[in-house]
Amino acid sequence: MIRFALFLPIALFVVLSVVLLLGLDSDPTDLPSALVGESFPAFRLEALDPEEGFIDEQHLMGEVALVNVWATWCYACRIEHAKLNQLAENGVKIIGLNYKDNRADAFDWLALRGNPYAFSIFDLRGSLGIDLGVYGAPETFLIDAQGHIRYRRVGVIDDRVWDNEFADLYATLKAEAL
Amino acid sequence: MKCATFLLVLLATVSAVATSDLVIFSDPSYTARYQTMIAELRCPKCQNQNLADSNSPISQDLRAEVHRLLELGMTNTEIEQYLTARYSDFILYRPQVNNSTYLLWLAPIVILLIGMFIVVGLSRRRASDFQEQPATSQTDRRRLADLLNDGNK
Repeated sequence: MIRFALFLPIALFVVLSVVLLLGLDSDPTDLPSALVGESFPAFRLEALDPEEGFIDEQHLMGEVALVNVWATWCYACRIEHAKLNQLAENGVKIIGLNYKDNRADAFDWLALRGNPYAFSIFDLRGSLGIDLGVYGAPETFLIDAQGHIRYRRVGVIDDRVWDNEFADLYATLKAEAL
Repeated sequence: MKCATFLLVLLATVSAVATSDLVIFSDPSYTARYQTMIAELRCPKCQNQNLADSNSPISQDLRAEVHRLLELGMTNTEIEQYLTARYSDFILYRPQVNNSTYLLWLAPIVILLIGMFIVVGLSRRRASDFQEQPATSQTDRRRLADLLNDGNK
């Protein structure tokens, strides 16, 4: 018993070290998503292009797609844009969610940098943003053909993020949808 | 110089007024609930600030959302559920007890109990160490008596 007690401090030290070591790898800005596995929240908002009229959650169904939250005031969105263009060229359907922005700037942005979006939802007040738990742009949701959110990425998508986090799941969902 | 100081102070007051938003409720009792809620809800964008202290756009939006939900007549619990469904438990400074948080809630009690056991155990052992050992044999008793009587002779 006494012999066991002698080893107690070193055992506690080892346990604490392991816990703290694991803590080093966790990113404090990474929020667990409450929405993965849920269906895309119901909404009804104007399209960025007023000629396209209103959009609701039905418009997002039927095809595996990315929903990308973007804005012209968002600096990191600039960095991401080239990757989105490339994905769109490769046949990935991307739906834009223009978040708390204004139309004139958004049109300039798309004219200047190219438009990877099948269409963009115009969320002026950020109401759909709140329903999606958005807390900063860019954010990207991967939704399946039934309109369920299957993955969420907060931050920029680049080659590495796409290959590591999206590519496999996207391919699986594509295969399921066929 | 005095005038400049005065102007500076004046400027500071203006900005202080500008950053605090004026929230008006249809029912005065909502104001207190609103203040408690935004003090206990955490800004999702900033590290470790509550909604009341943060001026980030998302905090402003979420404060407006809490305002709106209060006016809809939702209870505090309903509002918390509404927000955690969107922003996960992260948004609560006072997390609910569930599978992922029971350790957090129970750990202080468990650690306190362990500490109490250790303290009680130590003090018992010490008490038994200091207990008077009864003289066990006749020889011991005689020796003791001799020793005590020594000084009297």
